[in-house]
Amino acid sequence: MVKVNGKELDIAGKTVAEYLASIDYDPKRIAIERNGEIVFKSQYAAVILKDGDSLEIVSFVGGG
Amino acid sequence: MNNDKLIIGGHEFSSRFILGSGKYSMKLIEAAVKDAGAEIITLAVRRANTKEQESILDYIPEGITLLPNTSGARNAEEAVRIARLARELGCGDFVKIEIMRDSKYLLPDNVETIKATEILAKEGFVVMPYMYPDLNTARDLVNAGAASVMPLASPIGSNKGLATKEFIQILIDEIDLPIIVDAGIGRPSQACEAMEMGAAAIMANTALATAGDLPMMASAFKNAIEAGRKAYLAGLGRVLTRGASASDPLTGFLRD
Repeated sequence: MVKVNGKELDIAGKTVAEYLASIDYDPKRIAIERNGEIVFKSQYAAVILKDGDSLEIVSFVGGG
Repeated sequence: MNNDKLIIGGHEFSSRFILGSGKYSMKLIEAAVKDAGAEIITLAVRRANTKEQESILDYIPEGITLLPNTSGARNAEEAVRIARLARELGCGDFVKIEIMRDSKYLLPDNVETIKATEILAKEGFVVMPYMYPDLNTARDLVNAGAASVMPLASPIGSNKGLATKEFIQILIDEIDLPIIVDAGIGRPSQACEAMEMGAAAIMANTALATAGDLPMMASAFKNAIEAGRKAYLAGLGRVLTRGASASDPLTGFLRD
């Protein structure tokens, strides 16, 4: 299982790009951290998600 | 006045009003930016929604510098992670460090803020740390590579004004970086007063977000900040410790 923004998902084995394509994130508007390290956009197609990985997928919102 | 620029990390700005974007409709952002005359707007980073949600970036006019904050961070390590994510979102190198351990008063953790400033400045960020106004901390932030120092006027979102006035004045007098008063400024008159004291800029969010007419309040703040800046540059008139001083000629008439 891979944790995505706190939720356990059955997506181990997919690349980051494959996972993003399967859901509705706009890749231009997000940034991703995997196990505490940034996954650069150029790496989305190469990084394969492993069992136990933890992803944070973030975007900008209003703030002060 | 035209040459009076705010310089942060080598970047020049004409406006001294940094606008927050929290707690109000994205649809008001364009009007707020325009009526504030703002050139810098703050943003927060949060877990993403899927793309049917609107992006706040679509509402921010071209040419505005984005200043992501690290709100949500409880220590230096989390602030560094959030800053790196913000930079990966592709909107520049500016970051406002905001680290809080306390959820009741939302006071910044100065020690962790110094640590995060040092790490992020080394990574090439333009680091603008939000802090509790303390001279020793401010000096440490300068040494850590901060591009400005952002002391709080009173607790975040309180609109209570310049509760820390004496301590902000010390930072203005002693620290050789732009002192940007952040948090707690509730009224244009308070923004004007901070600018008269020599603050380099004002950051406001809640004062606008909770006002009756947000764009009109943005405009009121713009005028107040400009008035305060002009008064500072002009040099305020002196204050008498006692007595009075006539403004009229003291030559008597109508009697001998």
